Amino acid sequence: MKTDLRVALVGNPNTGKSTLFNILTGLNQKIGNFPGVTVDKKTGYSTLADGRIAEIVDLPGTYSLYPKSKDESIVFSVLADKSNPLKPDLVIVILDATNLKRNMLLYSQVADLKIPVIIALNMMDLARKDGIVIDIDLFAKKLGVPVIPVAARKGDGIAQLKQAMAFANKIPLQEESIDVAAIAPELVAQISGEMGIDNPYYALQLAHQHEDIKFISAAESERIEELEKEFSFHSQKAQAAETIARYNFINDLLYDTVKVPETAKDETLSNKIDKVLTHRVFGLIIFLGILLFMFQSIFAWSAYPMELISDGFVWVQNTLHQLLPAGPLTGLIADGVVGGLSGVMVFIPQIAILFAFISILEDTGYMSRVTFMMDKLMRKVGLNGKSVVPLIGGFACAVPSIMSTRTIENWKDRMITIMVTPLVTCSARLPIYTLLISLVVPNRNVWWIFNMQGLALTGMYVFSLISAVVVAFAFKFIVKGSERGYFIMELPVYRMPRWNNVAYSMYDRSKTFVFQAGKVIIAISVILWVLASYGPGGRFARIDQKYKQPEYTQHLKPEELDRAIKSEKLENSYAGVLGHAIEPVIKPLGFDWKIGIALITSFAAREVFVGTMATIYSVEGSAEKMESVQQKMKTATNPETGKPVFSLAVAFSLMMFYAFAMQCASTVAVVYRETKNWKWPAAQFAYMTVLAYAASFVAYHLLK
Amino acid sequence: MTLSELKKGAVGIIKEFTDLEMSVKLMEMGCLPGEKISIARVAPLGDPIAVNVSGYQLSLRKFEASTIILK
Repeated sequence: MKTDLRVALVGNPNTGKSTLFNILTGLNQKIGNFPGVTVDKKTGYSTLADGRIAEIVDLPGTYSLYPKSKDESIVFSVLADKSNPLKPDLVIVILDATNLKRNMLLYSQVADLKIPVIIALNMMDLARKDGIVIDIDLFAKKLGVPVIPVAARKGDGIAQLKQAMAFANKIPLQEESIDVAAIAPELVAQISGEMGIDNPYYALQLAHQHEDIKFISAAESERIEELEKEFSFHSQKAQAAETIARYNFINDLLYDTVKVPETAKDETLSNKIDKVLTHRVFGLIIFLGILLFMFQSIFAWSAYPMELISDGFVWVQNTLHQLLPAGPLTGLIADGVVGGLSGVMVFIPQIAILFAFISILEDTGYMSRVTFMMDKLMRKVGLNGKSVVPLIGGFACAVPSIMSTRTIENWKDRMITIMVTPLVTCSARLPIYTLLISLVVPNRNVWWIFNMQGLALTGMYVFSLISAVVVAFAFKFIVKGSERGYFIMELPVYRMPRWNNVAYSMYDRSKTFVFQAGKVIIAISVILWVLASYGPGGRFARIDQKYKQPEYTQHLKPEELDRAIKSEKLENSYAGVLGHAIEPVIKPLGFDWKIGIALITSFAAREVFVGTMATIYSVEGSAEKMESVQQKMKTATNPETGKPVFSLAVAFSLMMFYAFAMQCASTVAVVYRETKNWKWPAAQFAYMTVLAYAASFVAYHLLK
Repeated sequence: MTLSELKKGAVGIIKEFTDLEMSVKLMEMGCLPGEKISIARVAPLGDPIAVNVSGYQLSLRKFEASTIILK
């Protein structure tokens, strides 16, 4: 899209930056990566009052231009690097009007980079409610920039903000905040002179960050290093001096322009809520209660829509069989592809509900309280309070969760969190657990309200958390690291969740799941169906020959004969041969060769399990009788013993395998991307496979 | 006296820091010399703590709080 103006959104975390971004761009946005790094880049387009189109870039939330994490380092390189393709023409700094002092630090740094800037003073409604009075005209005059009061959640002030964007100056007009050059006068002068820089703050930032930024040459970086030695520049002391100078400037400014009432802080609503939610005793109980409620709801609320989807797919399969001529291709489409897809689509309600809960927990600010409550416990096992967010996010999907570990500043804590996050029960395991639990655990209530299947599922989730913690504790002694960890973190005030945001997250995550899983499932269904329908050499022909002999045709009914042929063909197909090849390895776990095939295909992605089961049993089953995968698996019997294949022992052994095994190509890829070393994903794959085998073995032999 | 010794509910004023690296981060987050600071609550397991400073709430570990010297 052709754009006339590029606008960057900059602000502290929890200032409503993404809400503002969503309002400005509508759903007209896309997510990509910043060049060279894997930090999510959200861009979108906004049409201004005069018809021009502005491209809006949402930069990661940060408290200062001195980065403490990888995500934050993007902000400075986008704003300062003149050759960066994303370099904005205009910056909108979003300030939380209820928390101006700390928010102004970032503004004053950004303003000193001398890019045209507009202030969006957000949460004006809440500031007014708190009795905070801001003299906006004087505030704007003293800073020399347009200041637009907005309430992004209510949509107030957005038109004015767009107008200000349209009328924004092409040259920076902001007033000087502090005398930057005074912090390191000789060094700033020397760097500015040698590199032809006209902005003293840019020169000072280069002095601080030259080792980490990519847009200056190695020679320039070395030269800056030399100059720093010459003028005995101490980066941290200079940062401390700068921060103090900036806050002096901010205090003077706010003294003249903002009146905050002197009310007792304890009276605020957030504090009252926190007294209960982070209470010494109730805090942790409530947290456990919330988790339990979450998993019970995932089961209870999804039952009806899941039944509808499942019935719908059976209808589609029936219709396809009636409409299309009988033959191998119809079998592939109706049983392989549609059957495989239905196995996954049926879990959309559960995934949507799970993501609704996670987005509510994050949106309200409760997630940071969980971090706060769990830090001490997590530290004991070698993690960090901030590891709680990726671990809980791991209930949804390990891939974004592993990316979210970037907020953990300490390297060792971060590596351990990455290593254990895939152990947490992700949404791809949910279909497998649900299916297996429904096969072997009776669907009735115990203690009035607890459904046994729900309890079994909750048990699997709790078990996954415990195993993550235990493994983390082991890694604490294996991973070497000396960096110190911080836990200096804002506790944002409680807010109502943004319901449209919750709805969008439900829609977006379900869509991603369906498309990503869908592609893999269709591909694997097709491959598997071919492998299951054809066999090596003349095996199939020999089977046909064998069953034509009178000893079979005379003693067996036609449908029995048909089933015997199909079953023997499957066993002699390529898939059957493959399954038989690994059977000796998995037999001690209670698995037969059919489950073996599912295990092999699951190494691409766990959710393929259900589809694989559907394909395998449909090849064998009769075309007239359409059943769901669940019914097929329930009626499956072991030809040797005549007992059901999916006994309690096998089902739990299988669940243990899926609980531990690293069966997700995307996770392996993201771990490599985040750690930049194959050693980490390789170690992870190895330890998870060993644990999976051991846990399955134990589960099978205990329950057998 | 350091911040980690401050009683819950009591108000102190920040004087200086014992750890330069930590002080840079703390000051960015609004913990500046001369600023009022008070303990809002303690986590259920005794650590970390939440403090009121610069008009908002910040959580930090006791060890980190012990690097902040109060007047």
